[in-house]
Amino acid sequence: MDLLYKIFLEPFVQMGTAPDLLVQTLWEGMVGGMLYALIALGFVLIFKASGVFNFAQGIMVVFAALTLIGLHAQGIPAFVALALTIAVMFALAWSVERIVLRPLVNQPDIILFMATFGITYFLIGFGELVFGGDPKTMITEELFLPKGSWDIKMLGGFVSLQKIDVAAAIIASIMVAVLSVFFSKTRIGRALRAVADSHKAALSVGISLEQIWVIVWFAAGLVALVTGIMWGARSNVSFALEIIALKALPVLILGGFTSIPGAIVGGLIIGVGEKLGEFYWGPLVGGGTDSWFAFVIALIFLMFRPQGLFGEKIIERV
Amino acid sequence: MNVRHLVFGVACGAMLGVTPLATTAVAQDSIYVPLLTYRTGPFANSGIPIANGMHDYLAMLNERDGGIGGVKLNIEECETGYDTKKGVECYESIKGKNPTVINPYSTGITLQLIPKAAVDKIPILSMAYGLSASAIGEKFPWIFNPPATYWDGLSMIFRYIGGKEGGLDRLRGKTVGFIFLESGYGREPIPLLEQFAKDYGFNVKLYSVAGKEMQDQSAQWLAVRRDRPAWMIMWGWGAMNPTAVKRAAETNYPMDKFIGIWWSGSEDDARPAGPGGKGYLTLNLHGVGANYPAIHDIVKHVVGKGKSQVDKSKVGENLYNRGVYNSVLSAEAIRNAQKITGKKVVNGADVRRGLETLNISEARWKELGLPEFAAPITAVSCADHNGHHAAYMQQWDGTKWVKVSDWIVPMKDKVRPLLEAAATDYVTKNTGWPKRSEACDKQS
Repeated sequence: MDLLYKIFLEPFVQMGTAPDLLVQTLWEGMVGGMLYALIALGFVLIFKASGVFNFAQGIMVVFAALTLIGLHAQGIPAFVALALTIAVMFALAWSVERIVLRPLVNQPDIILFMATFGITYFLIGFGELVFGGDPKTMITEELFLPKGSWDIKMLGGFVSLQKIDVAAAIIASIMVAVLSVFFSKTRIGRALRAVADSHKAALSVGISLEQIWVIVWFAAGLVALVTGIMWGARSNVSFALEIIALKALPVLILGGFTSIPGAIVGGLIIGVGEKLGEFYWGPLVGGGTDSWFAFVIALIFLMFRPQGLFGEKIIERV
Repeated sequence: MNVRHLVFGVACGAMLGVTPLATTAVAQDSIYVPLLTYRTGPFANSGIPIANGMHDYLAMLNERDGGIGGVKLNIEECETGYDTKKGVECYESIKGKNPTVINPYSTGITLQLIPKAAVDKIPILSMAYGLSASAIGEKFPWIFNPPATYWDGLSMIFRYIGGKEGGLDRLRGKTVGFIFLESGYGREPIPLLEQFAKDYGFNVKLYSVAGKEMQDQSAQWLAVRRDRPAWMIMWGWGAMNPTAVKRAAETNYPMDKFIGIWWSGSEDDARPAGPGGKGYLTLNLHGVGANYPAIHDIVKHVVGKGKSQVDKSKVGENLYNRGVYNSVLSAEAIRNAQKITGKKVVNGADVRRGLETLNISEARWKELGLPEFAAPITAVSCADHNGHHAAYMQQWDGTKWVKVSDWIVPMKDKVRPLLEAAATDYVTKNTGWPKRSEACDKQS
C-alpha cells in the first residue's frame, strides 16, 4: 500500500502543496527540452537529406563551441570570432561533402552511417590537438548573453528563471522556426526531401546532390554552434558536452527522424517528462532516472507509433 | 627470388631479432614507471592537470638527479580516457614491460586490476581512490591506497560538520544530501554515510548524477531545493564538479554548507561559478601553489625546458599538485625498494615492499623540497596499506583556495572495523581469493 501511495498519490500531493516547485520543474523541463530539440534538429536535417543518422552531431557541437572560444582567445572580437566560426562550419560541411560523402554516393546507408563515425573520431582528435582537453568558459558576456536570474514570487513560493535559460529558449525557438520555414517553404527544402527519398531520382531531375549535402551539413553545423553556445553558457565547454547528443536519441525516436516539428515536440515531451519523472518519482528508485526515463517514454510511444509522432509512415509494397 | 628481396628479408629478420635485445637493454638500465592517464574524453578537465603533475615530478627527478638512486626512470603514459575498458587494455599492454608500480587513476580501472595485481606481481597505487577496503594489507597485499580512503574522507567531512554544528549529535533529525557521480567511485562512501546516519540520527538524501547528466543536473538541484538539506556533500569528477557548483549557486544553496571530497576541488571546478562559487568547501590532502622548492625545480628542469605539456600558469594548481603528490609516493616507494633490496634496478615485487615501508616524515617532506606540503605519511604498514592520514578543509574565496581548517584526522575507530568487514566480504564473495603469502619487512 505504501508503495502504491508513493507512486500514485504522493507526487500529486507534492504538486498541490508546493505548486511553485511544479512550475519550476516544468520550466526546467521546457528549457532542457528546447535544447534537446536543438540537438535533435541537427540530426533531423542530415537524416532528411541523406537518410543517414549523423553520429558526429554531438562532437560538432563541441567543435563549434571550442572554435568560437579558441578564436576569441586569440584576441579576435567576439562577433568576428562568431562569423569566423560560421565560416569554419561551412568549410567543415564542404569538406565532409567533398572528402567523405561524394565518394559514397549510392552506397548503402550503413556505409554513410559508419562514415559519420569516422568524422566523429577525426573531429575529437583534431579538436583535442588544436584546443586541448581543458574545459573552457563560454564567452557569454562578450556575446551579450544575459547573466543572473529573475526570482519571481508566486504560488506561495518562488520560481527562479535563469536569464541564460530564457535566452536559450527564445533563440532555440527562433532557430527552429527559421529552419522550419526554410526547409518546408523553399525550393531547397523540396529538393532536400527529394534527395532523402532517392539519390538517383533526385539526380535525374537535376537536383545537385553535392549542393544539398553542403547546405544541410552547414545548417547542422549552425545548429551545433547555437547548441554549443547555449549548453556551454549553462555549464562550460569541454569534450563532455559531446555526451549530451545522446539525449537527442529518445527525442528523435519520439518525434520521428524526418520531422522538424517532431524534434521540437519530442524535445519538449522528453525534457518535461524526464524532469517530472526524476523530481517526483525518482526518489522511489534511488534517483538518477533522467538518464533512462526519456528512453522509457520513447519506447512507450514506439509501441503505438513506430514512426514517431510526426515521422513519415513508410508503406512498402510486398 | 631476386637478391633484393633476399637482402630485404635478411634486414627485416635482423631488425626483428635485434629489437627485443634493444628493449631488454633499455629495461635493464632504467626503472619503468607507466602512468595511466586521461588527457582526452569527458573527464579530461580533471585528468590533464593530474597527468601533468605526475609526469613532471618524475621527469624532474630524471633531469635533476639522473633518476632515483642513479637509475633513470622510464616514464610512459597510456591514455585511458577514464574508460575502464581502455584502462585494462593499457594494463595488459604494459604488464610485460616490468612495471614497478601501476597508477590507474580511476576507481573503475582499479577495481578491475585488483584481482590481476597478485597474479602478475605488480603493485597498484590508487592514491586516495579505488576500493577503500583494499587498505587491509592482509587481504590485499598488492594494493595500496594512501594517504586516506574515501571512507576516511567522509569521516573527516563529518568531523568538520560536527565542529561547525557543535557536535554531530546536533545533526539528529536534520537532512544531509549526497550528490555523486553514478559510478563505482561515486557510490563508494555510501555504506559509511548510511552508518553515520544511523549513529547520529540524521536523514540521508542521495542525488545520483549519471554521466550523461553531468552538464545539466537541473533535476538534482531542484530536488535539493525541495529537500533543503542542512549540508550537501559531493563525490564528483570531471565536468560534474563545475556544473554542480554552478547549480548550487543558482539554487541559492549556502555554499559554506556544500563540501566536496578531494576530487571535487580543482580551481576549474569552482571558478566557472563566478562570485556564486565563493564559500564552496572541499577536502584537500596537500598544499596548493607553486611556492615549494621541488616545484621550482620542476619549472626549472622540466617546464622551462619545454619537456612538459603543462601551461606554466597552471603549475601549482590543486590537481597538478595532486599529480606531484602521487609521483612522490611512487618515487619514495622505489627509493625504499632500492634500500631494502640493495638493488639499483627494482621490479614490481620490490616496489611492493617499498610501498609497505613507506615513511615520509615531516623532515623527509622538507628534504624532498616540499615542506609542509602534506601530512606526514607514517602509518602505512604491512597490515595497513592506507595509513588513514589527515586532510584539511579548503574554501574557495572567489579566485583561489584558502586553507580554513587544521589537519583533520579521520575517525579511524569507526572506519577501520568497517573496512575490515568490507575486505572480508570482498574475499568471501571472490571465491578462491589467494591467501597472503608475502612476508612482511621489519620496517613495516
